[in-house]
Amino acid sequence: MPKITFIDSTGEQRTIDVQKGLSVMEGAIQNKIPGIDADCGGGMACATCHVYVKEEWFNKLPKAEDGEQDMIDMAFEPNKYSRLSCQLIVSDELDGMVVTTPSKQT
Amino acid sequence: MIKTDVVIVGAGPVGLFAVHQLGIKGLKSEVIDNLDKAGGQCIELYPDKPIYDIAGIPECTGEELTKNLLDQIKPFKTNFHFNERVQEINSEGDNWIIKTSQNKVFISPNIIIAGGVGSFEPRKLSVKDAEKYEGKNIFYSISDKNIFKNKKISIFGGGDSALDWALELSKIAKVTLIHRREEFRGAPHTLNQIKKEGKVDIKTKFQISSISGKNNIESINIKNDDGKETEVKTDYILSFFGLIMKLGPITEWGLNMDKKTIKVNTENFETNKKGIFAIGDICTYPGKLKLILSGFHEGALASVECFKRARPNEKYRFEFTTSSKEIQARLGVKTK
Repeated sequence: MPKITFIDSTGEQRTIDVQKGLSVMEGAIQNKIPGIDADCGGGMACATCHVYVKEEWFNKLPKAEDGEQDMIDMAFEPNKYSRLSCQLIVSDELDGMVVTTPSKQT
Repeated sequence: MIKTDVVIVGAGPVGLFAVHQLGIKGLKSEVIDNLDKAGGQCIELYPDKPIYDIAGIPECTGEELTKNLLDQIKPFKTNFHFNERVQEINSEGDNWIIKTSQNKVFISPNIIIAGGVGSFEPRKLSVKDAEKYEGKNIFYSISDKNIFKNKKISIFGGGDSALDWALELSKIAKVTLIHRREEFRGAPHTLNQIKKEGKVDIKTKFQISSISGKNNIESINIKNDDGKETEVKTDYILSFFGLIMKLGPITEWGLNMDKKTIKVNTENFETNKKGIFAIGDICTYPGKLKLILSGFHEGALASVECFKRARPNEKYRFEFTTSSKEIQARLGVKTK
């Protein structure tokens, strides 16, 4: 199973196995990763599963659609590597991906 | 004090359909919601987005679904209490006493919590010292635009609220519109109008980094992705970053919670407190799906237990809307 690493705002790292086809958010929720709230449950409607994707992985991701960008506008401290983890679908290509969670989601 | 069979907390789709399920059983409900209208997330988060998984409706928007649900419960003449949040509940015998933020008091044997992910609040600016100026120099909504006359206003956000107010206030004030990227979510014609009039200073790819001032804000610093900072003289900040959902006082009612959700018994969707039910996104149980259609089912089952508590001396009879004369009378259907 692909591995995804979450680094929280204090620098603590957690690496989890996520089944292919699940979103990074779903993997985080199943593994109780702190810092991912996912209030709307993956509907791209709340921006509380916001993550910063490490640069080398960011460019491998399919581009965010407008709806996702619109929600990232409202996220806590977005930057150019911001994505909503509910829109990142885990595949073999993303095995080893590293994302950082913001210090808070709202 | 308002006496009723059921108090429903939350006027989203699931709360609205619960009114229907209770209504056809002859139960009266009162609905309380923190927003100013019915619809919940359907109206606040995705009014225009099509939904494809409502049984029997191939496609509808959040707005259409809300309108249809309101039509469906019209016969029950339900009272809605908008712009109010339930603050406090206390038990009194077999009843619950429910107090709202507007000091309305209800007495009811049943409370159905259909609160989604919580009540909606504006997303606040997270920069240091923002709290100190909130309500004085920082606003998340506008009640009196005249206070901005001839002032320096910094507006944040990329949606319609930000664009509409930038255009409107540029007639009476010096407006800077600050947004984190080039693209705006709001209506293109408003943005074009702003650009055409040329009175608004638009700064894209910038976000707020700090606020300076003493009793009042004097200036703010904004920063782009590369760390470049610019100072903007500012008297007022208007921040339009949408709404977030907060559970609020529900967490203090002694209910069994699992993170932000309430654990229920799937036989009747009752919580650990007798007469308090949770349905829709806010409830959790093994296999829970956060779907509108699941919430409809959950409301139907909760309504049966509500009936038993509200009418302890009557026998509950399961009936179909197609054949029950009683239900049809409650729906105002003319029977042959």
